[in-house]
Amino acid sequence: MAKTKAAYKVPILTGEIKIPKVVSGISAYEKMYQGEKDDMVALGFPASLEEGWEIKAVGIFKQLLSHNKALRDYMDICVRCGACTDKCQFFLGTGDSNNMPVGRAELMRKVYRYYFTPAGSLFKGLADAEPFSEEMLKKWFTYYYQCSECRRCSYYCPYGIDTAVITMAAREIMDGIGLGQKYSTVIIHKVFNTGNNIGIPQAALRNTLDDLEEEINEETGKDVKIPMDVEGAEVLLVPPSADFFAMPHMESLKGYAKVFYKAGVSWTVSSYASEAANFGMFIGSYRNTKELNKRIWDEARRLKVKRVVVGECGHAWRAMYNYSNTMNGPFDFLDNKYRQPTHICDFTLGLIKDGVIKVDPSANDDKIITYHDSCNIARGSRIGEIPGGQFTIPRELIKACANNFYELRNGTNKAETYCCGAGGGILTDEVMNVRIAGSMAKMQTIKEVMDNKGVNFLALICAICKTQFAKMYQLYGFDAEMVGGIHQLVSSAIIL
Amino acid sequence: MPSFAFNGKTIETDDEGYLQILDNWNKEIAEYLAKEEGITLTEKHWELIEWVRDYFFKFQVAPAIKSLIKEVGKLENLPDKKEANKFIYELFPEGPAKQLAKIAGLPKPTGCV
Repeated sequence: MAKTKAAYKVPILTGEIKIPKVVSGISAYEKMYQGEKDDMVALGFPASLEEGWEIKAVGIFKQLLSHNKALRDYMDICVRCGACTDKCQFFLGTGDSNNMPVGRAELMRKVYRYYFTPAGSLFKGLADAEPFSEEMLKKWFTYYYQCSECRRCSYYCPYGIDTAVITMAAREIMDGIGLGQKYSTVIIHKVFNTGNNIGIPQAALRNTLDDLEEEINEETGKDVKIPMDVEGAEVLLVPPSADFFAMPHMESLKGYAKVFYKAGVSWTVSSYASEAANFGMFIGSYRNTKELNKRIWDEARRLKVKRVVVGECGHAWRAMYNYSNTMNGPFDFLDNKYRQPTHICDFTLGLIKDGVIKVDPSANDDKIITYHDSCNIARGSRIGEIPGGQFTIPRELIKACANNFYELRNGTNKAETYCCGAGGGILTDEVMNVRIAGSMAKMQTIKEVMDNKGVNFLALICAICKTQFAKMYQLYGFDAEMVGGIHQLVSSAIIL
Repeated sequence: MPSFAFNGKTIETDDEGYLQILDNWNKEIAEYLAKEEGITLTEKHWELIEWVRDYFFKFQVAPAIKSLIKEVGKLENLPDKKEANKFIYELFPEGPAKQLAKIAGLPKPTGCV
């Protein structure tokens, strides 16, 4: 049975981030549910853990090391300087030394040394090497799923070790021996079956969009449409499916619709490519990432659109922006006067700057706003043409649509942003205490601007961040409606 | 697989207590699942349970939150969306997507929700 609220350990917010007392293993009690047979098989993995998994795991590890030069370097080059130790929000929240980025990576490096280095295979423990035992596998399954692949630690690493690559490799090895994570594997399987993470079929999606159109019409008196599966539209909009289902996400979808309406740009969403998110990336599976990504470009071809615009979703943007071209490109069938893909914030801000749409920032005068940079956008990609556009474009858009904006404290935003505490495939309820612990660092900095600046709205451009913060706000004792997307602000400010 | 015994029958659930087999649901089981969540079902609860079940069997997915709010607006004469939302959370404090789905015997919603 699910944990009751009383079992949640919610820290008291003081606005300060303190280094916790270090205790090895203190957060080992919360583990992910294991992937189920049908989902594992659908993703091309063994149904469950079988005899001889150790040999198989070492084989997959060997393959990854030969294909992925970066991974081999990350195994070898760490000098244990300690720069990463206090940079991870999961370490700060749990105090578990296995959640120090170097501690987490060490779980893989020990196995690496044992099987792949002369010193490790000869001197074993003396060379800090360990075989891939059942106990080690348990640690992998625990701690490689207490990492959100946010790469904050990598930002501070003098060698540039990308710890997310290590986490992804660990998950790929575990999937390859039949030990998967239920949350991510269920979701990927659902996209293959229905087009999106939630499992919304075509008729249901249309019904939802009809209800949204009706709501916009009631509120504005304007005949704003949300077209679906329209061949020949100029833009294919691909949002995270949470924008079709949950709050506050749906408010942003209303914002996108109003922008297209006012700009007079023909657009469509797709019931086949109804998901921007790509959980294949979270589990480090190249094959699944590519397959999920392919759906979007196949649909862009089929619908004969000129451009693809991506909604408010952090890792989706990284997966689309960084990997689309090499995985499923080239996109010479699209109109290449546009950036392909275009981020919705870039799209909307461009229209405001060109005077195509007008906004009234006083419409958001009830809000005192701060902004949380999502990890995969801040550290994993760029928005727009200019370096740093992933930082400037969302902020410029907020400031165009609202008068009251305050930054979170330096060192905790932009490239140094703390994760919301649930990215990378850990936005699932069985690890709620890990999520609470992981959110603590960011929540402290938010509390600081709540107290000092009266901030009452947290602006976001990621579906995971929205769900996570809405939940965390409730648990920490704030109103969940103080959390929302940037296009929720656009939705209020746009003059129709 | 987790399960619970009910009227001499074993009812299978997922790891978090959502029914594994939709056909196993009946009103008595709903009462039981609600009790586990600390909820005593009233006529108002039942209206929503029945509506989301109808929606699910029609569309193979639970309704989006705004569709539920719209329905509550009609059922309870609460045209103000905030009021309708508050009404839903008063009935199902842990939220309609998960708690209402669980008591209605529907699968847990997946994704970033």
